[in-house]
Amino acid sequence: MNTKKTLSAEARRKTVLSAALAVICVIYVLPVVAVVINSFKLNTFVKTDTFALPTGEMYAGFENFIKGMTFGNYPFAKSVLYSVVITLLSTALILLCTSMAAWYIARVNSLFCKALYFLCVFSMVVPFQMVMFTLSKTANSLHLNTPWTIPIIYLGFGAGLAIFMFVGFVKSIPLEIEEAAAIDGCGPLRTYFSVVVPMLKPTMVSVGILEIMWVWNDFLLPYLVLDKNLYRTIPIHIQYLKGSYGTVDLGATMALILLSIIPVIVFYLTCQKHIIKGVAAGAVKG
Amino acid sequence: MKTKKISNSNSIRRATRLWSPLFLGPVVIAFFIGFVWPFLQGIWLSLCRFKTISNAKFIGLDNYAKAFQDAGFRHAFWYTALFAVVSLVLINVLAFAVAYALTQGIKGSNLFRTVFFMPNLIGGIVLGYIWSMIFDGILSWYTTSILLESKYGFWGLIILMCWQQIGYMMIIYIAGLQNVPGEMLEAARIDGASRWTTLFKVTIPNVMPSITICMFLSLTNGFKLFDQNLALTAGQPFIIQPGGGTIKTTEMLALNIFNTFNASGGSSQAKAVVFFVLVAGLGLCQLGYTRKKEVQQ
Repeated sequence: MNTKKTLSAEARRKTVLSAALAVICVIYVLPVVAVVINSFKLNTFVKTDTFALPTGEMYAGFENFIKGMTFGNYPFAKSVLYSVVITLLSTALILLCTSMAAWYIARVNSLFCKALYFLCVFSMVVPFQMVMFTLSKTANSLHLNTPWTIPIIYLGFGAGLAIFMFVGFVKSIPLEIEEAAAIDGCGPLRTYFSVVVPMLKPTMVSVGILEIMWVWNDFLLPYLVLDKNLYRTIPIHIQYLKGSYGTVDLGATMALILLSIIPVIVFYLTCQKHIIKGVAAGAVKG
Repeated sequence: MKTKKISNSNSIRRATRLWSPLFLGPVVIAFFIGFVWPFLQGIWLSLCRFKTISNAKFIGLDNYAKAFQDAGFRHAFWYTALFAVVSLVLINVLAFAVAYALTQGIKGSNLFRTVFFMPNLIGGIVLGYIWSMIFDGILSWYTTSILLESKYGFWGLIILMCWQQIGYMMIIYIAGLQNVPGEMLEAARIDGASRWTTLFKVTIPNVMPSITICMFLSLTNGFKLFDQNLALTAGQPFIIQPGGGTIKTTEMLALNIFNTFNASGGSSQAKAVVFFVLVAGLGLCQLGYTRKKEVQQ
């Protein structure tokens, strides 16, 4: 009798907890809902009736989206393209180069390797403001200021965390496998690509996700390095729209914000498990 | 005792070394361009007076003195510290509470976790504009705006950061909470410990590593905050001082360095070095602490 009572009390407690969390969840998605409803609203009503549904005279249809496409004298499609190019190129370059370097560092372990590893760990704690001025000047003088060359800067500034995570993982791989490959006649290059890389895959996914999230959302580095009249990534474009003086079309801005977070949310919902794992791994280590 | 081998035997290592330009080359070159050289140049320039890098002239520590005389910088420093501490407390208490609730085996835990983590993927600039629309929407009922009063800007940024970071810290706390030994909780229950006693005497001591990591992370995140600060208020409202200087009341350190760079390169680079020492100090404490924990395990 007594146990039954405590059991039902426990069940009731859980239901209350579930309900409370459900309410918080609804509040949590409200900002995104606000973006959605305001992207269909005429500009004049966004400020006065932010939380009203876009009905009747407030409804703008897809006008905001159409207007947003060429907003700020810059085609939105172009900034999407540059964001995609920079993110994919940088992530691919970082994954390839840092995993190779990390394997070399862990296996050869010479004095130079140790120094390089120490520098990488050190670079993880340096805030971007420390190097922003000199880095943008260096990038300019080396002509690394285009979307096709900026991945080199990302590789340089972002190498720290990636190398740190890869070295940690390589050290946990038993050496015997690689020795067996060497005895079977594999050179270092072949050993790396056909033996080590398959084992590195889970870490590559984690590091890749961290880099994608970083580069896709990064504002300051491309803002300082790229020629902003030619190349704007999505964050730079949105900052331009809001930062420009005069009247800002909030409806169109919200339409662009909606367009820019849809891919992020789709990406999140499809690779949720890997993302949460990758982020947790990066946090605990870094 | 057998020690664990991590590097190759000599012959293999020698063969690998022949390939070092390929394995290390790209990273070393990019790391030099993207980090080492700008970093060293940054330290050097903080000791110089310069218009462009090529005409830098060594002037010693003058830039540092000038940086600390800048009222805007001093304000940004205290404002950032206050912000970092308040956000640290709020984010961690709330994230721990949510993580604790989600590990009680309730229905819908996965859905809740998915939703709470979602804001983390949205970039700082976009987040700032989403929330500036929301806050202005609310404040327009009282015919004011987030740009008009610094207390709105402060608490607005706190709410924004809570919204963004709670999900992140929650993930780390959930991982920690799942590692609390079940026997310990069972033993506490049999001994008749109340729910609160169990929480404070058993659960929390066992998740201390997670708590430390999260506290360091939210503290450094608070100090380094830039995008959200720029997009939400960009330092507004401004106060014009009697001396002619301007204090941007909601401007944090990173934004202050960015905003003053064009007008006063040398002292801004000095500010950046001070900022670096502060953030790196916090970061190294964290690394040292996690390293120590790993050794103990």
